[in-house]
Amino acid sequence: MKIVVMCGLGVGTSEILKVNAERALERLEIEAEVVATDVAGVQTAAADAQVILTSSELVAAIGRTNADVIVIDNFFDVDEVAAKLETALG
Amino acid sequence: MSLPPLPLSAISIGVHAEGWRAAVTAAGAALERSGATSASYAERMVAVIEEFGAYVVIAPGLALAHARPGTDVLRDGLSVVTLAEPVNFGHPHNDPVSVVVGLAVSSADQHVHFVAELANVFNTATVIPTLAAATDAEGIRSLFGLGLAHTSSNPAISPASVAARKAATTSGSEDAV
Repeated sequence: MKIVVMCGLGVGTSEILKVNAERALERLEIEAEVVATDVAGVQTAAADAQVILTSSELVAAIGRTNADVIVIDNFFDVDEVAAKLETALG
Repeated sequence: MSLPPLPLSAISIGVHAEGWRAAVTAAGAALERSGATSASYAERMVAVIEEFGAYVVIAPGLALAHARPGTDVLRDGLSVVTLAEPVNFGHPHNDPVSVVVGLAVSSADQHVHFVAELANVFNTATVIPTLAAATDAEGIRSLFGLGLAHTSSNPAISPASVAARKAATTSGSEDAV
């Protein structure tokens, strides 16, 4: 399974979300590859992804996708990330 | 793995900002003052939010202001600005913002290692309100897991630290008398 985390630039913010998504997946005992990308690269990165994690501010920038788009409010809250991933993947 | 440098000169406490642009500009000024960036980096951080919106408000009360690496990034660096009055960035869930962390990275692939460290700092839910309420720069450094800076020649702009220094000077002179 592939999960894409997306921010505006692909430096900093998306990597924080990547780290916490990996912690959430570990807690849920789900094996997945987590890839960080930016607005410019999301279509390519998410072509074979099941889930895109991003900010509410960036959802519109994704465009058409077959992946489930999950909005994360608090990028540091592993509980929030885990709960939303569990709902989407469970 | 360690965080980018956060010297006392990169910490500003109780800044009065009229809006998000002023708050981000203060974080840029703090990066510039500490030697991490030159002036144009602050403008580029503002431009990122103008282009992509308030997604940099990644947690309640916290904005992670940053831009791409560039020639105006002289070295990796962090800055911390706490706001006297919180300001809105336009985020639907995480406004208002009381703490702005400025991040400058000199290369797109060199900073992944410290992001986990930054996540560790903020995985504690209470750290953002504690940062917002901090009254001295050393206290902010300790919240980031950093020790005493020992750079008294390069003090942070902090009313509290100025007051403390004055008090120390006063008591010192009394001792001399």
